[in-house]
Amino acid sequence: MSAANKRKPKPLDRRRFLQDAARAAGACAVAGMALSKLATDARALPAQAIRPPGALPEEDFLAACIRCGLCVRDCPYDTLKLAELGIEGPATGTPYFTARDIPCEMCDDIPCVVACPTGALDHGLTNIDDADMGLAVLIDEERCLNALGLRCDVCYRVCPVIDKAITLERRHNERSGAHAIFMPIVHSDHCTGCGKCEKSCVLPGESAIKVLPRRLATAEAAEHYKLGWEDRNPMVDELIDLPDRLPGPGTDNLAAPGGYLPEGLPDPSMEGGFSPSFGLPGAGGSGQ
Amino acid sequence: MSEKTALPVGQEAIQEKGWWKAHRFLILRRLTQAFFLGLFLLGPWFGIWWVKGNLAGSMTFDILPLTDPFVLLQGIVGQHWPEMTAIIGALIVGVAYALIGGRVYCSWVCPINPVTDAAHWLHDKLGLAKGWQPKRNTRFWVLGMVFVVSALTGTIAWEFVNPISMLHRGLIFGMGFAWTFVLAVFLFDLVVSRRGWCGHLCPVGAFYGLLGQGSLLRVSAVNRAECDDCMDCFAVCPEMHVITPALRGADEDTPIILSPDCTNCGRCVDVCAPDVFKFTTRFDTTPAPARASRRNKQRQPEASRAA
Ligand code: SF4
Ligand code: SF4
Ligand code: SF4
Ligand code: SF4
Repeated sequence: MSAANKRKPKPLDRRRFLQDAARAAGACAVAGMALSKLATDARALPAQAIRPPGALPEEDFLAACIRCGLCVRDCPYDTLKLAELGIEGPATGTPYFTARDIPCEMCDDIPCVVACPTGALDHGLTNIDDADMGLAVLIDEERCLNALGLRCDVCYRVCPVIDKAITLERRHNERSGAHAIFMPIVHSDHCTGCGKCEKSCVLPGESAIKVLPRRLATAEAAEHYKLGWEDRNPMVDELIDLPDRLPGPGTDNLAAPGGYLPEGLPDPSMEGGFSPSFGLPGAGGSGQ
Repeated sequence: MSEKTALPVGQEAIQEKGWWKAHRFLILRRLTQAFFLGLFLLGPWFGIWWVKGNLAGSMTFDILPLTDPFVLLQGIVGQHWPEMTAIIGALIVGVAYALIGGRVYCSWVCPINPVTDAAHWLHDKLGLAKGWQPKRNTRFWVLGMVFVVSALTGTIAWEFVNPISMLHRGLIFGMGFAWTFVLAVFLFDLVVSRRGWCGHLCPVGAFYGLLGQGSLLRVSAVNRAECDDCMDCFAVCPEMHVITPALRGADEDTPIILSPDCTNCGRCVDVCAPDVFKFTTRFDTTPAPARASRRNKQRQPEASRAA
């Protein structure tokens, strides 16, 4: 083949070469686009497929996981499995688990992470309580037995991070008017997404509490609202750090509340200056 | 064409060397393929966990990590720097294949090889036309494409479609619909393109070929002077173009098959009645006079036709 080519005159050779190259490049571009489509589609991890502990975020995971299944083999509870083409949702051959079938038992030594040769399961995860596989969400409050006012408590009892990841919050039972509802509440800073609660929910079929990927289960914090009960630092010193008028002589002296002029407050007698019209008795402030 | 070519391929070798010697490497190769697959299946089938994982990455006796360097490289291009275990594993595999021939992977280990060999066998039986024959370098384009897609999408791109992993992982961890990829390769080789997949398209083969560019273990046509032009080696060789330069070279040309495309399958060694070929190293300097016919250029047209 090559011998035959060599006998051909040069210009034709070059033209042929360029044509072939263009054709190959074109074909590869088409094939490459199809492959890219597959690759990008694969990121849409279905909600019920939970990655093993320590799994990198999905975008990074698909570059890191070589789909060797060593994590699957070293999981003592047979929690993990490799996705099979066309049967389950995650990218073919990547590890995941279905909490309702077999949840993660949160092994202290995290054998799945140790087994991972590539670090697709982050070797920096050494305390399983820091795992972040997902977040449990009490998804069906109409059927959760506790939410109905019964004392099931199963999800709460099985939680390996009991009283931190799930707590029972007492509420008034409006229906009976006389009883309490012990509402299972999941706390995102402690829930590891192990799925023990989802697995053990006593309802037949689907669970009332489900582990969801964090991207679905958590909203973005409203940065533009200030939660005053969490953050006591005043937003703007001048506005919040008001002087208080205390009862006593001179209190109604607007120019000098409390009897003296506080520093930093614009002089009310100047333009732009102002003075508070009332103050809370006993509250702390620079006026005291 | 001599009468000998009318004989079925390999018939002459069987007559002269006996059945075993005429099938030695084929049988050894099938046994090796079964052996490597069997190692991985010992665990899931019999609970003997000597080897865990699959061809992409494995752990043997809890101490020896092996990683497919091609898969790992795609991950690196996709911007994940792997842990040491995977890197060591890839180095071990890489060095091993660099020494014994990169495409030894293709012919002695890859689970798709029996599939495409079966397709070729059936193709021959049915006497089908060779069909679409992409350029030899197409697989390098595919290889480049795979790395580009890996880089652009930040994924191990080929693993979304790789029929090798589909089959291997499928057998070990559960098949799903992965068999469709295997069937597709079989049908492609059978009706679309003879020896099309492994010989022209598969980027894994292309990668391992490059890896084994300078490999020590080589097949040499040392006895090329004995060649009687039966063409059987060309008929069995999955990469027949690699034979020509060695077999039909002049006195001063090396008889060693140096093309990285050669899979070291040894089928040419089997099938040659006068034992022209043998396994040797790339540094073997045994003198190998050219074939008599080569000297008077008489057979040249036939040679290029065969290639
Ligand atoms: S922490 Fe234990 S139970 Fe959970 S996935 Fe890893 S090995 Fe399995
Ligand atoms: S061990 Fe790591 S690389 Fe292998 S399948 Fe599990 S996550 Fe992927
Ligand atoms: S998933 Fe459920 S059981 Fe597991 S830590 Fe979270 S709340 Fe607890
Ligand atoms: S030259 Fe021989 S060893 Fe190499 S691929 Fe062809 S038949 Fe196999």
